This record gives sequence, structure tokens and C-alpha cells, in this order.
Amino acid sequence: MLFLLRRLAFYLVAAWVAITANFFIPRAMPGNPVESIAAKYPDLTASAFKALELMLGGGNQGGLWSQYVTYLGHVFTFNFGLDIANYPTPVSTLLAQTIPWTLTLVGVATVISFVIGTGLGILAGWRHGGWLDRSLPGLMFLQAIPYFFLALLLVDFIGIELHWLPTGQGYNGATTQPGWHWAFIGSAIQHAILPAFTIVVTSVAGWMLQMRNVMITTIGEDYVVAAQAKGLANRRVIYTYAARNALLPQLQGFGLALGYVVSGALVMEIVFAYPGIGLLLLNAVSSDDFPLMQAIFLVITFTVLIANLIVDTVIVFVDPRVRAREVAR
Amino acid sequence: MSTLMRLWRNLPLKAKVGAVLFGLFVLCAIIGPELSPYDPSYANPAPNLLMAHPSAQHLLGTTQTGQDILSQMLVGIRLTMELALLVGVIATALSVIVGVTSAFLGGVWDEVLSVVTNVFLVIPALPLLILLLGYLPQKGQWATIIVLSALGWPWGARVIRAQTLMIRNRDFIAAARESGEKSWRIITLDIIPNEVSLIAASFVNTVLYAIATSVALAFIGLTNLNSWSLGTILYWAQSQQALQLGAWWWFVPPGLAVALIGASLVLLNTGIDELGSPRLRASRGAAKIAGRRIWPTDPTPVLTQLTASRGRLAAFAHSFSRGSLLDETPAGGELL
Repeated sequence: MLFLLRRLAFYLVAAWVAITANFFIPRAMPGNPVESIAAKYPDLTASAFKALELMLGGGNQGGLWSQYVTYLGHVFTFNFGLDIANYPTPVSTLLAQTIPWTLTLVGVATVISFVIGTGLGILAGWRHGGWLDRSLPGLMFLQAIPYFFLALLLVDFIGIELHWLPTGQGYNGATTQPGWHWAFIGSAIQHAILPAFTIVVTSVAGWMLQMRNVMITTIGEDYVVAAQAKGLANRRVIYTYAARNALLPQLQGFGLALGYVVSGALVMEIVFAYPGIGLLLLNAVSSDDFPLMQAIFLVITFTVLIANLIVDTVIVFVDPRVRAREVAR
Repeated sequence: MSTLMRLWRNLPLKAKVGAVLFGLFVLCAIIGPELSPYDPSYANPAPNLLMAHPSAQHLLGTTQTGQDILSQMLVGIRLTMELALLVGVIATALSVIVGVTSAFLGGVWDEVLSVVTNVFLVIPALPLLILLLGYLPQKGQWATIIVLSALGWPWGARVIRAQTLMIRNRDFIAAARESGEKSWRIITLDIIPNEVSLIAASFVNTVLYAIATSVALAFIGLTNLNSWSLGTILYWAQSQQALQLGAWWWFVPPGLAVALIGASLVLLNTGIDELGSPRLRASRGAAKIAGRRIWPTDPTPVLTQLTASRGRLAAFAHSFSRGSLLDETPAGGELL
């Protein structure tokens, strides 16, 4: 438990840093964001204007400290104010509409990519120098492709030329409505294939390379040689002796890689016009919708932190050394 | 010069390919703008040149407003490379400073700097970058460079800190300290020279991050859209519906250029990795012994086992060969 508590404390610090950065960025940047919003949206009401000043600074709202405390209170109650581009929709409503799309897409695609990449990495590391291992440089080319560029190519080739799969949106709005029925779920899956494929193709080589490298070092360990000397079946040596231990650094890397995947997926959603948080962020950027941008940044950060905490919990279960270290203390 | 030559000869093939490819793009960044056949912003009003397919006059075709895409690429590569290399230098310098100080000072300083590093590692960079650039009234090249450098150092700092911690406890550092060397001399003359390959790897990684992120940011429109970079070409292609109109020549060349630069850096990096730990190099793979593929990870083969699994006829034939003298059972087991 101690390990988890320490991680939890760290994530709380990280969350606090993100919240504080979010508070100070609009106040520290040159120019006055509230005035530029007021210039762009002249028909804002006085109360909306006041809420903006509270959030972004400027005007007469008391000292910096009292502003900060009010702001913290708003963040903890998920009160991100009213959106200005779609006034008066609350920002939290917009977030609640888009987060499930991104979370499902990125989550499922990342797990698929992790499983495939780790599996291929095990094989490439075990058969070091075999054809799979030698095909790695080719796969690494895929890793270097920007997410959104692969997305453009896929939309062009599979969507527009071949008409195999839909090119955009999260579901077919003409034939079905969101809800828990098969017509909608089927349509949503069909629309998610290309975006998910993009994430898997571009991120699988990274998992594979890391797993292969750790596998190669693990195979050189004495206990693997001992297992082989005992005459255990190859399959047993690979999976329960070598791969099991090589998996731990892979899991630790999972949390850090997640931020990278999320960043790529945000831009990719724009190409697919996928109704997730990335598209919302783009719209917020192009319409100078600062409150929405800030809320999106916070929500994405919190999600990544929670995902990291989940991975840490998994590590505690998988790695007896983490548990043993606590007992030793 | 000869040390450079020796270094080059020792590089794995992957790293050589990566270096040559990256060198080509650097060359393109240096002389590209002089080679560009047209002004990249000049919109040719001739109606047959609006979104024209690639042709002899316009090798990569034209945009919807009749601008030459090849010229945009040649000019744009310079801006993208300039940005990436500058961010690489600044952010790597930051990560060396943070990593080495943190490990060298130890104690409370180390704790604080490590927490800061890890916090910046775990917070997703792109949304924060978007937030920072979104607030900036002028989103020029320098703004992007500063913001990207400010968020690009944690990964390198972490790796360099770990390495410094290891070197710090070696005997030669203790000897230097005993002989009364000042800390800054130990750091610059004893520690940093021992981390050159790590710093190089960190630089390559940072350049990769800078290219990918700056192109993505420009693609969203968070840059000076009047300048030409690989990202802004892609931005205009996307916003002018190049995809829907089937103008592949508009978005494929810049995207491919980004992918190739990225691939060259990835190759360079794995090459440097293999230079550091030769075990990771792709070995020759399976060796053939007595007609069977033997992998390095297989247990040491026993010749009897290999021969025993032959067919009866082959085993019989084998018993006449010189190799059969090595067998424990003369005719391959089963025949007897």
C-alpha cells in the first residue's frame, strides 16, 4: 500500500501543478485575454464577463490569493463556467459529451497496440536476428509518421478512393441516434476502425522495440539459462521466465507513453472529425475560447494521471518485488 | 579527422542510413530556398494552374490558389529544421543542466528537481503547449521555439540524472575531489565527457519531439500562418479541403518529408543505442547445424539428438559419412 500511497501523493502534486499552471498562464501571458474575448463576442452579458475575469484575471476581483482560492474551489466542484462560443452551455456539459468518445477510442486502441507490440517484441527478442527482428527498422518508419498524416492517407485511400469505411464523424447521424442499442454501437465501431487503426499502427513499433530490447537482456540472465538447462519446454521458458520479467519495464513505460498517445490522438481526431475532445479543443483554439481550452487541458491531465495510477496498481499486483520492498521496510 | 572516420566506420548500418537521410534534409534546409523555382506565396491566377496535377513546370503540382508546392516545400523545410535543431540544442542543454545538478548536488535539491522532472513528464505536453500558444498574441517562430524548449527537457534530464548518479560514485571522481578540484571542473571535465553518447541520444530524441510537435501545432493553426513550414503547408491543405478534392500531391509530399525526417532520427537513435550496448545489435540469427536451424537462445545442440531425428534412410546414409564418427550411437539410434 505504501508504494501506491506514495504514487498517489505524487499524482496529487502533479495535478496541483497543472491546476496552478492553468491559473497563472492567462495572468502571466502578454495581452489581456478577457479584453480580446470581449472584442470578439460583444454581446456577452455582464455576469458572464465577470465570471471570465474571475477565471482569467484582470478587472477588480480582489487579490491574487483570493482569486486563486475561488478558482481552486471551482475546479474541485468541476465548475468550469459557461462556454463563450456556445453561450450559455456549461463547459462541463461539452466535456461530458466528448470525453467518452476519446476515452473509449484511445483506451481500446492503446491496449490493442500494447498487446500486439509486446507480443511481437517477445518473439523478436527470443528469435533475435530472425526475420521479425530484422523487419523492425521498417516498422520504426511507421512510428515516425505523424498520427494526423497517417490519418489523412487512410481517409484518402480507404475512405474516399475505396469507400470501404466512413471517413469521418463518430457515428452515422442519418440512420441512428446515440443510445445503448446495436444500430448505434455497430455504427460507432465502424466509424472507430480507421482512427483506432491509426493509433495502433503508429504506436505498435515503440512497444515492440522496447520489449525486444528488454527481452534480449533478460534472456542473458542466469535464471533463463537455468530454466533451459532443466529441460523446460521452450514455450514455458519464454512466457513464464523471460517475458514475465521483461514485461515490468514495459508496464512502467506505459504510463509515460500514454501522454504521448493522447497528444497524437487529439490532433488525429481533427482529421477524422471524430466527436471527441480533440475536435472540441481545435474549435476552442480557433474561436479563442479560453475557458474551454483550460478546462480541456485540466481534464486531459487528470485522465492521464488516473490512468497512471491504474497502471501503478497493476504493477503492484504483477511485480512481487514492489510488495516485498514494503515488507522489508 | 581520423577519429571521426573511425567513429563513422563503427556506426551500425541503421545509424549510417539515418545520418545520411538526416544530412540530406539539413542540406535541403541550407540550399533549398535558393533552389526553389517560384516564390512560394505567389498565387498564379492562370485557371489551368489551380490545383494542377504534378507536371514539368510544377513538379509537385499547385495549390488551390495556384501556388507551387515544390517551392513551398523547399522553403518550408528550412523553417522546420531550424526550429527543430534550435529546440534540440536549448532543451538538451536544459536537461543536462537539470540532470547533472540534480544528481551532483543530491539531498533536498535532488528530491525537488526529480519531482519537478517527473511532474513535467507525466503531464501531457501537447494540450499544455496548445494552451500556452493559444494565449500568445503573436504566435511566431520564436514563441514556438521557447515554448517547445521549456517543455522538452524532462525526459533527457531523467536519463542524464540516472547516468550521473552512477558516474558520481566512480573512483576517478573521488580522486578528482580528493585532489581539490572544484565542483564545476569535475562536472565539465570529468562527468559530462563521459555522458556524450547519452547526451547525443537525448538530443536526437528532442529534435524528433520538436519536429513532430511543431508540425502538429502548425497543423492546428497555432503558428504564424504567413510563413512557410512543413506544418503550415499541411494546415492549408487541410483547411482548403485538399483531401475532399482529391489533391494528394498537396498533403502527401510535406507529410512524407516529416515522416522521413522522423524515421532518420529514429534510425539514428537506435543506432546510437546499439553502439552503447552491442548485445542489442541484430545478430546473424539462426545458424544451421546438421540441417537444423539453431537459434542463439536454443540450448546447446547435442549432435546425437540432431541426427536421431533424421529419417531412417537419411540416417543410414549418414552412417557412411565422416560426421558419423562423432555420433555416440553409430548409425543414428533407431536403426540398430
